[in-house]
Amino acid sequence: MSTLRELTKEELLAPGHRMCAGCPVPTLVRMTLKALRGPTVIVNATGCLEVATSIYPYTAWRLPWVHVAFENAAAVASGIEAGFKALMRKGRWDQKVDVIALGGDGGTFDIGLQALSGALERGHDFLYICYDNEAYMNTGIQRSGSTTFGAATTTSPPGAKIPGKREWKKDLIGIAVAHDIPYAATASVAFWKDCIAKVRKGIEVDGPAVIHAITPCPRGWRHEPSESIKVARLAVQTRFFPLYEVENGKYRITLPVPNPLPVEEFLKTQGRFRHLFKPENRWMIEAIQRWVDKNYERLVKLSQL
Amino acid sequence: MKRIGLTGDEAIAYAAKQCDVDVVSAYPITPQTIIVEKYSEYVANGEVDTEFVNVESEHSALSACIGASLTGARVFTATASQGLALMHELLYIASSLRCPIVMGIANRALSAPLNIHGDHSDMMGSRDCGWIQIFAENAQEAYDWTIQAFRLSEDPEVLLPSSINIDGFIISHSMEGVEVLEDEAVRAFLPPRSDARAIDPNRPLTIGPVALPDYYFEFKRQQAEVMKKVPPVLERVCREFGKISGRRYGKFQSYGMEDARTAIICMGSAAGTARHVAKALRGKGEKVGVVKLWLYRPFPADELVRELEGLKSVVVMDRAISFGAPLGPLCSDLIGAIYGKLPKLKVMNAIYGLGGRDITAKEIEGIYREGLRMAKAKAPMVRVKYVGVRE
Amino acid sequence: MSAVEKRLGWRKVPPGGAISEAGSSALYKTGTWRSFRPVIDEAKCTKCLICWIYCPDMAVRRINDGVEIDYEYCKGCGICATECPVKAIRMEEE
Repeated sequence: MSTLRELTKEELLAPGHRMCAGCPVPTLVRMTLKALRGPTVIVNATGCLEVATSIYPYTAWRLPWVHVAFENAAAVASGIEAGFKALMRKGRWDQKVDVIALGGDGGTFDIGLQALSGALERGHDFLYICYDNEAYMNTGIQRSGSTTFGAATTTSPPGAKIPGKREWKKDLIGIAVAHDIPYAATASVAFWKDCIAKVRKGIEVDGPAVIHAITPCPRGWRHEPSESIKVARLAVQTRFFPLYEVENGKYRITLPVPNPLPVEEFLKTQGRFRHLFKPENRWMIEAIQRWVDKNYERLVKLSQL
Repeated sequence: MKRIGLTGDEAIAYAAKQCDVDVVSAYPITPQTIIVEKYSEYVANGEVDTEFVNVESEHSALSACIGASLTGARVFTATASQGLALMHELLYIASSLRCPIVMGIANRALSAPLNIHGDHSDMMGSRDCGWIQIFAENAQEAYDWTIQAFRLSEDPEVLLPSSINIDGFIISHSMEGVEVLEDEAVRAFLPPRSDARAIDPNRPLTIGPVALPDYYFEFKRQQAEVMKKVPPVLERVCREFGKISGRRYGKFQSYGMEDARTAIICMGSAAGTARHVAKALRGKGEKVGVVKLWLYRPFPADELVRELEGLKSVVVMDRAISFGAPLGPLCSDLIGAIYGKLPKLKVMNAIYGLGGRDITAKEIEGIYREGLRMAKAKAPMVRVKYVGVRE
Repeated sequence: MSAVEKRLGWRKVPPGGAISEAGSSALYKTGTWRSFRPVIDEAKCTKCLICWIYCPDMAVRRINDGVEIDYEYCKGCGICATECPVKAIRMEEE
């Protein structure tokens, strides 16, 4: 696969879903579904995607899809994988079924982390994709363990005393890699080829795989709906969200950014960072730039090992 | 048929082994741990062909069970107390998604304070979750009910999860002689699960969608109705199981009820003590009986009313407190069942045995004496008494 | 009215709420959400398919070797217009 024309025209996600206008999560899902290799079941954690694609009696899904609860997508995926494995061994099912779990950052970084860790440790053959919009968007933009330092959310509002979120974003891929899984990667909806290739790799490896995808949220990040892809691209071009993969422990930056734009270029596209541009808060932008630089250097070093 | 020594936990594990379970997902917790340990041994020794998913919590245990059950696999798990409480949200989802999972529960008190011993608080906290809930008095019943529960749960008319409850430690850890069936007999009684799988790439379903106020109520109303299909299927399953085992089960078991003036209604191990005391009292000419409830959910309301007709008084024994409620949970159910039907029946609610506190024969005799005194009263009444607690 | 859109009573709703009509959301037309509509200038369009891959609503449909907008579903987000490398898509007020 090297051109868009070679991708399947088949849409396993139907139109008529109720994700917000300009939300790039369905775009990520489309890319994911274009990377399938055979029969697949989707497990969806509670969240925007789950809610907006399955309002009874309407479903946007044209393949088997299961939603159980918020924090347990990885555990449900474990059970599905184990179920088909047992049935195949006993001759009651005859097709390999790929299992893909989809969860937001709340369902992955926070409430679902334990179930994800358990499933990775046990080594189930499944792909977990976190669509990261850096807050609990489904309930109205509350901060999560993924929200960037300084960002305004409804539970980390910039006030007279505290200027936005005070904590740094968790390193999800670092956590995943620490489980010694065969494949982990970051992805951006703006880079379709990189994204689809990684999903396919995640499906093909024998064992658990984790993909951490950045998906801007026009409502929560406060940018124009038309700019979602642009913002997802700037995240990469500023090295705010580097694209890399870790295959059997080996790091590789899949889209090197030799001449990065200042992180300000990413931050200024979004209303959630507007308060950082006040003179008294400029130090936070500098702090974010240092965090970005340090992280990229770390990845460069890791990829040279 | 042979007789072997098994604890209550072991009896449940042994039954599950014979039921050719496809997936087990469980997490250890006292006093259920023996079940998962035993089953792990069967897996390690190749005595079963089961995927054992050793999860990191009970929450994930039931989540994995739901996933596996949706593939069409036969699924078993076990838990107790805090573990059951941690599963709480999934209990509702398992029944709503119509997953015929079977779960062994070694009933145990809930924290705080922490207590690992037997009472029914854990299970009473989940009585509204849409599961079939069965209480076994001893290891034999635990074994028999586990096998019957798979047939009942997986029946296409039912498709609901079941729990088999045994009193923590009192039954879970006590060794008894248990008559077990031959493997072939169990296989014949319980063929592999064969109903259409929910997750099927050839027939893509959206499972577990959102239902807004325009639809949610209809799903819940339907679920309420499905519970009514359980009793007739249970009767059929018990009849067939009786044929292969010689042991006949049903919704409840009665003792001395043909001429009783007063009776004890209870669940679990206390029934044995109650029967023992009733026998002694009947020997002295006292007309007392015992109704041991096997099936707690769905609650066999009409059948119980018929069983209690002719009684002057009844003592309902609750091994749990429903905080802030006028009565214990079992007694509340009974009052709801008899309302308007047995208007003269006097009811005593004896709350006993919390945190594993023993209930003695002497205390049960006292309960019977009080029941007999109440039987003479003119007006109907409902009274609550805590038995065996220090004042 | 399709079977999907009938308000079924409790006896008829499917057990567990499972939806068997895969992709039934297509019956729910999100085009009414739109306040701006994308219009493709066929003369400028290079058929690169960039708008197609980024559309979150499956509203850029592939026809022959090019694309067309499906206004039944297009929510008017404007991602296609922003991403079009040759500026062949303009957003017009509805």
